[in-house]
Amino acid sequence: MPKTLFEKIWDAHVVSHPPNSPAVLYVDLHLVHEVTSPQAFTELRQRGIKARRPLQTIATMDHSTPTTPRGADGLIPVTDAMAVTQLKTLVDNCNDHGIPVFELGTEKQGIVHVIGPELGLTQPGMTIVCGDSHTSTHGAFGALAFGIGTSEVAHVLATQTLLQNKPSTYEIRVDGQLQEGVTAKDIILAVIANIGIGGGTGHVFEYTGSAIRSLSMEARMTICNMSIEGGARAGLIAPDETTFDYIQGRPHAPQGADWDKAVAYWRTLPSDEGAIYDKQLILDANTLAPMITYGTNPGMGMSITERVPDPKQISDNSQKMALDKALAYMDLQPGQPLLGHKVDVVFVGSCTNSRISDLRQAAEMIKGHRVAEGVRMLVVPGSQTVKRQAEAEGLHKVFVEAGAEWREAGCSMCIAMNGDQLQPGQYAVSTSNRNFEGRQGRGGRTFLASPLTAVASAINGVVTDPRTMVAERAYEVSPA
Amino acid sequence: MEPLKPFSASLVPLPIENIDTDQIIPARYLKVTDKNSLAEGCFTDWRQDPDFVLNNPRYQNGHILVAGHNFGCGSSREHAPWALKAYGFRAVISTYFADIFRNNSLKNGLLPIVVDAETHQALLDLAEEAPEAEIHIDLASQTVTLPNGQKASFPIDPFSKTCLLEGIDELGYLMKQTPEIEAFEVSHPARVQTLQS
Ligand code: SF4
Repeated sequence: MPKTLFEKIWDAHVVSHPPNSPAVLYVDLHLVHEVTSPQAFTELRQRGIKARRPLQTIATMDHSTPTTPRGADGLIPVTDAMAVTQLKTLVDNCNDHGIPVFELGTEKQGIVHVIGPELGLTQPGMTIVCGDSHTSTHGAFGALAFGIGTSEVAHVLATQTLLQNKPSTYEIRVDGQLQEGVTAKDIILAVIANIGIGGGTGHVFEYTGSAIRSLSMEARMTICNMSIEGGARAGLIAPDETTFDYIQGRPHAPQGADWDKAVAYWRTLPSDEGAIYDKQLILDANTLAPMITYGTNPGMGMSITERVPDPKQISDNSQKMALDKALAYMDLQPGQPLLGHKVDVVFVGSCTNSRISDLRQAAEMIKGHRVAEGVRMLVVPGSQTVKRQAEAEGLHKVFVEAGAEWREAGCSMCIAMNGDQLQPGQYAVSTSNRNFEGRQGRGGRTFLASPLTAVASAINGVVTDPRTMVAERAYEVSPA
Repeated sequence: MEPLKPFSASLVPLPIENIDTDQIIPARYLKVTDKNSLAEGCFTDWRQDPDFVLNNPRYQNGHILVAGHNFGCGSSREHAPWALKAYGFRAVISTYFADIFRNNSLKNGLLPIVVDAETHQALLDLAEEAPEAEIHIDLASQTVTLPNGQKASFPIDPFSKTCLLEGIDELGYLMKQTPEIEAFEVSHPARVQTLQS
């Protein structure tokens, strides 16, 4: 029987499958951060259990950490007492169990879903979990990666396994070629607008098709990252030469003969010809426009040139109520365009769009422009490694000269629990992944979009179609 | 964990769809290192609105939340069921739950009950007409019973059901799998050297 990529990885990790019980699934790599782990370590301590495979576990600090500049001592100051306790708890717990931990501001620290791939920890065919729903990011490498709750964090620490019911499969095929100014972020926002935020529940996505194949690894990560926003706990992309090229030479990548062996195995992973998915969605990349959200969940998205939908045209009562509530929160009118809508804050960052290629794109677009009067723009690199690379390329100067803030690495304004947040009533164009009420700060209003759309909007101070700017730039640089 | 016994309680209607875990417990409450201090954060931003259902005296005694479709989507934070439990909820009834929230709830004895749209509406009507009315929830028979005798069954996977009814904790269950786990590690040496290089 032909198998899908997902089935191959699943089958290779089933430790046992007792009757009337979920499968016991082996976990290759467990990523840990400060917010969802303390109660799990407490559980272990109460039972007198030590982590089973501390060296298949890695911890970082990202969610509750400030991204403000370093002090004279070279350290990033943490002023929130609860955050101080939480960070210290993580270090103590990791030391207790022999788990490597990247402390705030150190060389390898960063957002958990940025550092896994950049250190070469994330590899095809693996099972990867983390107490964080955007663990789906790592699926870009053809790894089965998904978010778990804190009870499950304890399960993995103690046993390196999880009890799992097998999910169904969902192929999302995107063929064609993206137009200038349209990016991976727009693909995934379009997918979610299409199926809704519950559309993938119980499923694992596999993104296929020529448009996906032509994307870089970082763009693939942007797509897989938001699988959970479509309800799917995991999203996969089959590994190929692009994947292998990205991994080779990274700190934890296999080397020498091990590398050859690994690649040979990875080549067996892609879904077999004729493999069957339980569900399918087909999207045409050629006709995609830049996307933006207007509401309070990531499924409330549209092409940037469209108008805000009208609740009166929705027959389902609970859907209508949800849209009414969303528009009231966002203070938007049905039928209103978003193009030209005022913007207070622009946030470039988060595990969706804070990698070096995102920052290069953002810098390229803002070069020679300034952030509009009255707009605050934050650029927050996903990791210390990304930050160093960006600074080596001089990108930070481009941002600062344009009037943007260049920050330390972390989740920052994606989650508003670290000091970076919107003020009530403010509008943000954000490259992050969630526009839920209050997500970026109580009363704050989020338009999710690509880095290109975010920067174009920062320059004009209003929501802007990046294609108009791309065209302008092409004109500026073309020889007379 | 305590075995889950049949119980009766009244309802709190919240028929909004796609209620995400950021609403149930905003991120700024996630800096805790324990599970018990989260009641204050439960729906806290929505509670700022005096008209919000949790501020309505009619529903002060409700312990079963009747929520809209796709409840608990978004973040994987287990703080969401912890907060709901700390606030006093014992079950959430919806037509659909997000995966991670459902899993997290089951592990904390907060019952996520899926009913069909008709039953859902009947429960909302009941909450509207008779806020004090109690419904009966029996996990063993997987039924919800309304005061008028109307019954609806709800699905639950057999493993979670057994765990909840018998108070079996999953970690203990997994620890018993240790021989199988050891055997797996021996036969898959490549799996256990991730960070040793
Ligand atoms: S950047 Fe945002 S979505 Fe990503 S891990 Fe951090 S808080 Fe979660």
